[in-house]
Amino acid sequence: MNSRVVVTGLGVVAPNGVGLIEYSQALRAGKSGIRHVPVMEESKFGCTVGGIPQGVDAIAEDYFTAEDLMAMNTSHRYGCIAAMDAWTDAGFERPSPDDDEVCWDAGAVIGSGIGGLDTAGERLIPFVDSGRVRRLGSTMVEQIMGSGPSARVAGLLALGNQVTANSSACSTGTEAILEGYRRIQSGRARRMLCGGTEGSSHYIWAGFDAMRVLSRKYNDEPTRASRPLSASAAGFVPSSGAGVLLLENLEDAESRGARIYGEILGGAVNCGGHRRGGSMTAPNPDGVQMCIRRAVEESGIGSGEIDAINGHLTATGADSSEVLSWAKALELSPEEFPLITSTKSMIGHALGAAGALEVVACMLMLDGGFVHPSINCEDVHPKIEEFAGSIPQTVEEVPQMKTIIKAGFGFGDVNVCAVFRKWLNN
Amino acid sequence: MSREDVFQKVMGIIKPFVKNEEVFQQADESTNILQDLKVNSARLVDIILNFEDEFDVEVEDEDADSVNTVGDAVSLIMEKLSV
Repeated sequence: MNSRVVVTGLGVVAPNGVGLIEYSQALRAGKSGIRHVPVMEESKFGCTVGGIPQGVDAIAEDYFTAEDLMAMNTSHRYGCIAAMDAWTDAGFERPSPDDDEVCWDAGAVIGSGIGGLDTAGERLIPFVDSGRVRRLGSTMVEQIMGSGPSARVAGLLALGNQVTANSSACSTGTEAILEGYRRIQSGRARRMLCGGTEGSSHYIWAGFDAMRVLSRKYNDEPTRASRPLSASAAGFVPSSGAGVLLLENLEDAESRGARIYGEILGGAVNCGGHRRGGSMTAPNPDGVQMCIRRAVEESGIGSGEIDAINGHLTATGADSSEVLSWAKALELSPEEFPLITSTKSMIGHALGAAGALEVVACMLMLDGGFVHPSINCEDVHPKIEEFAGSIPQTVEEVPQMKTIIKAGFGFGDVNVCAVFRKWLNN
Repeated sequence: MSREDVFQKVMGIIKPFVKNEEVFQQADESTNILQDLKVNSARLVDIILNFEDEFDVEVEDEDADSVNTVGDAVSLIMEKLSV
């Protein structure tokens, strides 16, 4: 029989708040973490605003040794801080480096969309091109390998189960959570640290600027630049950070008296096959709808039970078709439609970390009984005008909220959707 | 630069990589960098690069391979500095 899987720990490093308290307060307040990024202007980006978590280097010294830090670029720092916070939030202690015990039942799936391009841009390529390969030192590989952050977490916490990294563009973070969910559900692990991390670097963001998919019209007003769902949305705002969840089987969580944020009821992943309007960069709406329907079916709930949707909603032209896909997949009219919100309106689009940062937001909303505002959409896009009443402009207190659904869609026409329910001791 | 000065600088460079702080406190030239101080062997590469930067010398790979103890490092650097 499948194990039930619950969330017992959260960790977050976001542009508008580092740590659960700051992040939760920022979400409630509708606080933007988007700022002017000088290096983007110097490099002649069209978009010169971004999301960068603040004050991380100062706290990093509390988490890591000087030797650790020499081999940790921003995505490592964000991912490892979020993972260690999730671990301790769940009530586990950080093991001593001298303790030889390995936790064979605990693993990690922490992915990135792009990976260590900051290290590649700042060191690898300039050093190699100037014939200084031996000057790279020993820390290059671990900083550019896709599994670098999860590997570092394994060492910090003595994890002995599967330790890996997934990558599926902007659905990476949510997909990682479903990967860990499956592993625990099938009995192959008892607890998993799952999520995504993405570094802060103009090298990571440049290709998106060249595609002209980044917001360019609000460089002088950074906090207004990320405008999902609005008629004046002008592209997404590139961002960075990490979110990690500690997933655990229900039996273990209950027997140790853990605080349970919520249960993962089910989920689905698929790909639209780059057909029917889908492509490397656009979603096949049939694929999107199928993914949502399958997640709801697996969860064993009716779509009417969904209290809130945390959408992918990046602030591109795809937002309105996403909302219409939700309505079609859930078979809900605008009148029946639940609240829908975009965390990206405050934190921008953190690529491979986005889904995980947003699932952390979902868990905080379930726990706190609120739906955070989707800021900067006073002018709801005309194509989804009928749904305007479902988009919170300020925080909505929803104490009876039980069920929240989260989806993510990524380059490659890949989709992920997961359903979470508040834990009510049943 | 005196041998003692080089020793102190070498110890400063090795310090962040040391896993056995107790032994490090008592370390002398006979202390083995990997076995006694428990430095991760992969990081020897970084220690050598830091020697190069600190003393403005070049350490060939063959020379680097001969460094086992703190004293080996000090001798190698003294030799490079005297050339």
